[in-house]
Amino acid sequence: MKLDSALTNSRPPQYRGTKLSTRHLNLFYGPCQALRDITLDIPERAITAIIGPSGCGKSSFLRIFNRMNDLIPGARVEGSVELDGIDIYHRSIDVVELRKRVGMVFQKPNPFPMSVFENVAFGPRRHGRVSRGELQDIVESSLHQAALWEEVKDKLDQSAFDLSGGQQQRLCIARVLAVEPEVILMDEPCSALDPVATLKIEDLMRRLAEKYTIIIVTHNMQQAARASDVSAFLLMEGDICGVLVEHGPTAELFTKPKDRRTEDYITGRFG
Amino acid sequence: MEIRTAFHKRLREIQDDVLAMGSMVEKATGLSIEALKARDLDLARKIVADDRHINARRFEIEEKCIQLIATQQPMAVDLRAIISVLSIITEIERIADHAEGIAKIVLMIGDEPPLKPLIDIPRMADKTNEMLRRSLDAFINRDAVAARRITTEDDEGDDLYNQVFRELLTFMMEDPRTIPRATRLVWVAHNLERSADRVTNICERVIYLVTGKMEEIRG
Repeated sequence: MKLDSALTNSRPPQYRGTKLSTRHLNLFYGPCQALRDITLDIPERAITAIIGPSGCGKSSFLRIFNRMNDLIPGARVEGSVELDGIDIYHRSIDVVELRKRVGMVFQKPNPFPMSVFENVAFGPRRHGRVSRGELQDIVESSLHQAALWEEVKDKLDQSAFDLSGGQQQRLCIARVLAVEPEVILMDEPCSALDPVATLKIEDLMRRLAEKYTIIIVTHNMQQAARASDVSAFLLMEGDICGVLVEHGPTAELFTKPKDRRTEDYITGRFG
Repeated sequence: MEIRTAFHKRLREIQDDVLAMGSMVEKATGLSIEALKARDLDLARKIVADDRHINARRFEIEEKCIQLIATQQPMAVDLRAIISVLSIITEIERIADHAEGIAKIVLMIGDEPPLKPLIDIPRMADKTNEMLRRSLDAFINRDAVAARRITTEDDEGDDLYNQVFRELLTFMMEDPRTIPRATRLVWVAHNLERSADRVTNICERVIYLVTGKMEEIRG
């Protein structure tokens, strides 16, 4: 199956091209190598899942795309990482601007200790001057997009901590959307949520993929299978972390994987 | 609030595909009888050739079902719907093979003069098509009562078949020279009778989908 047909098959019809790409990417933490020679294209306006066993480098790989690894002392990147064809590790890149375009949602919902409204308004306020009216609009539209508006419209002034775990996670997604990103990175966004809240986030991701490029790291293979268009399988082989074994349309990878190691992993023959 | 909207949309698309495949097969059966009545060999050849489109459609639907099972962890009625689809498309595809079989008989008959005007065979075909259409409606509407009712009508088809058979037997006994032509018409009727039986199998699957019970309607 071609990638195009996999995606048009009940998948976002707006799929156009490559949003992010890595070429011969290596990542080192001091003397340890965390990612090894990864060459991968991330399709635009689709959901790409990164799967693999614990410690294989999934999260390290995700954090490549908004340069979160820069914050780790001794981290070093080789090879190229491009966003819309621009090298994001070039000296001229403004990392704050990059992180505005490439937003991130974390494993545990991490709302700020402030009201629901202020959580979503925080980003737009920091990134530029906006009027009170504009801010209202941004907050409302972001909460709508995050499928949370109906549940919180009467408690915008309440503390974000009053919301349930699933609502808090959708609030964090609304917070990312408020700064109008192009890419949303999600690092195990549902691992702290119950099954129904998980399915709600997945359904939300499907709707967001009509507009945004989403990359999700998950140790839950069933989630990757349910929610993504494209999957990439990373593996640790012996002492070597971050080997990209296989990637392709999710429906293909989970029904007829090409690599024996992928087959063994998804069928539970090792892991 | 529906949560798994994307998955349920894909499930509905598969059901639409099944309906579309059903229409293709209904048309093939109808045309095979037209070809028989009109001795239209070109039409018969076209029916034989077009069967591959129906087979392709079946594999396409099967592939979609496999993907949904592998990726979406369907449960309860959703799982039963997908399992039912896998059975139903096999039955529909076999009905198409029966239509193709009739078209091949038409090619065998060639331009031999007709034995008699065809009346009961077209009625059998109409009845089979009507049952197929209603069984697929019952599938879409999750209507086990309607499905069960259709299975009781299969007896009507069997009666028609026996009637055709007896009549053709009379021809053969009166004039053995008609045996080749009459036998071919018996084959046509037999194909239609088999198609109606396959509709019964579809109805069994609809009942399973709705009630969760697997039962043989006519043991």
